[in-house]
Amino acid sequence: DRTAGRWRRDWDGKVSEIKKKIQSILPGGAWNPLYDTSHLPPEHSDVVIVGGGVLGLSVAYWLKKLEKRRGAIRVLVVERDHTYSQASTVLSIGGIHQQFSVPENIQLSLFSASFLRNINEYLAVVDAPPLDLQFNPLGYLLLASEKGAATMESNVRVQRQEGAKVCLMSPEQLRNKFPWINTEGVALASYGMENEGWFDPWCLLQGLRRKVQSMGVLFCQGEVTRFVSSSNHMKTTSGTEVTLKRIYEVHVKMDHSLEYQPVECAIVINAAGAWSGQVAELAGIGKGPPGTLQGTRLPVEPRKRYVYLWHCPQGPGLEAPLVTDISGAYFRREGLGNNYLGGLSPEEEPDPGNLEVDYGFFQDKVWPPLAQRVPAFETLKVRSAWAGYNDYNTFDQNGVVGPHPLVVNMYFAAGFSGHGLQQAPGVGRAVAEMVLEGHFQTIDLSPFLFSRFYLGEKIQEQVII
Amino acid sequence: MAAPRTSLRLVAAIWSGSTRGIHGLGGAAAPEGSQKKGKTLLQFLSDHFYDVEFLREYLLQRQMLKVHQENRFQNKEWIRPDERGRFPLEFSEFPGVPVEAVDASGCAINYDGLDNVLLLKELRSLSLRRCPNVDDWCLSHLHPLANSLQELSLAGCPHVSERGLACLHHLQNLRRLDISDLPAVSNPGLTRILVEEMLPNCEVVGADWAQGLNSEPEEQPQDRASPVHV
Repeated sequence: DRTAGRWRRDWDGKVSEIKKKIQSILPGGAWNPLYDTSHLPPEHSDVVIVGGGVLGLSVAYWLKKLEKRRGAIRVLVVERDHTYSQASTVLSIGGIHQQFSVPENIQLSLFSASFLRNINEYLAVVDAPPLDLQFNPLGYLLLASEKGAATMESNVRVQRQEGAKVCLMSPEQLRNKFPWINTEGVALASYGMENEGWFDPWCLLQGLRRKVQSMGVLFCQGEVTRFVSSSNHMKTTSGTEVTLKRIYEVHVKMDHSLEYQPVECAIVINAAGAWSGQVAELAGIGKGPPGTLQGTRLPVEPRKRYVYLWHCPQGPGLEAPLVTDISGAYFRREGLGNNYLGGLSPEEEPDPGNLEVDYGFFQDKVWPPLAQRVPAFETLKVRSAWAGYNDYNTFDQNGVVGPHPLVVNMYFAAGFSGHGLQQAPGVGRAVAEMVLEGHFQTIDLSPFLFSRFYLGEKIQEQVII
Repeated sequence: MAAPRTSLRLVAAIWSGSTRGIHGLGGAAAPEGSQKKGKTLLQFLSDHFYDVEFLREYLLQRQMLKVHQENRFQNKEWIRPDERGRFPLEFSEFPGVPVEAVDASGCAINYDGLDNVLLLKELRSLSLRRCPNVDDWCLSHLHPLANSLQELSLAGCPHVSERGLACLHHLQNLRRLDISDLPAVSNPGLTRILVEEMLPNCEVVGADWAQGLNSEPEEQPQDRASPVHV
């Protein structure tokens, strides 16, 4: 009898709730089951790529190109900013060169050069006009002092072994070929004769976007805010306990609203560039006692870099390559009107919170070494400047490629510290091979796996002083 | 052999001369003197009479049907393929004689195809006129010929731009460069000036530096006297 009384009391409350619901369903009410969800991503996707820059789109392209059956893989690219206002890809100066010391970097760059050369075969879309990358094949000229000459020589040997067309020049030859250079302090120079230069990264991005959309990849403008994963406690052969995680849901939040869509997925690719570190933290990478594999973070953080554009009427002529001075300052020609672009990696890192340009940095740090190297640059006038992010890998300044050992279905394609654009086609293909086949097939990027951060194995470029 | 050859060059000169309206191109290919007058007359006629224009186009079509590739060995004359595109048997007698000049005008040669041309270490003259697949990448690929190449012609290549022309600075022995009629070059006059500065020993033919300038003929020498100084 007491239970009957309670039921009757609850029933009164429930009746009012039911009345409210019926009122909202009837026309004129607040509930609307058929609302527009076209801005939301799909509820299921096989692969979710976080980041729609050149690396993310390259991975999407190669995934669709290498899939065994057409339409076998559903790919979703989630990009926070469709205007790409802060993306490293479009703010880059668009250079490509093979003058690295790590052989894998050289191979990636060589493949990228051949990809760009045949870009209209790779990225052809029916009825769309061919792409014009505005490629300038003028090469890179790296200068070295006495101290760095031996490093430069051994680097060039490795480069030529891999097939790059690089030649060494003495100061005398430099003066003959480029009379506008002041060779004081230069002991040796390496000059790329072919497959090196600079191009328009926006064109490459748009070309990839267009092609990838035609291949059936879905795009979504939103931000990844949460990864939901399932854990599996296992024991290794030596008996230590390991927790393997598998991400099965990605929450994509829409711009300027609290609305989010949970996307069920099988594989997540972290190609978020300067923000890859934050995305990795969301997946729980680095949450653990320091010194263990669980506690190893992805050491990628955004670093601000400035690029300045100036006009110099008496500057170097049409044949000027991209010159990198001993001090680290670099410049290249831009167009036919004696305009030049250049910059320098700062010693004191500026605050990466915004993309404001510090013109004082040019006056104090960039102009003196450039004016010393090219006397014509004594008289120049800065026209404009911009700043962009470098997805800087604080561990060894080289990219991270491949799966995470514990979060087994997150693959990285980030942290290239300033040469992501020129290696994007090769890296995209490598990640796609890893996802589809389970191992690298064309270029072996095993030294670039995440586990090197835990094991402490740095693959560092031999920097030329 | 001589008569068909001159008429061949004549027809080629007129075709590229009048369809694009560049003056001075004729000098590169056709023999000077009496032929020049004939060329202008024919050009004048073809501008004004459809029949003559049609006849000219027809002759050109017939010529273009042949594979147009010619080679010249050292101290010998040009060797051309016959109508069916086969080279004469003399070719096999010359394995040791270096090739001096290659005329690949109108051929669909591309970046990988140029690898074969780069093997010719004593090549002095290369003609890539009207090649549809030659672009800036191909020009950067030509640097192994720096020691020997003296004459290069890129007239009428649709994909060559000033960026590719800039990497011709490797070819220090170049004495004659033909860069007329390059539609992808944004600023032909300025490009010609910059290329001339880049290659001081080379005679650059083609793009008139006064192109695009709306000045009187008297003012042109003044412009010439003060180019952009490097």
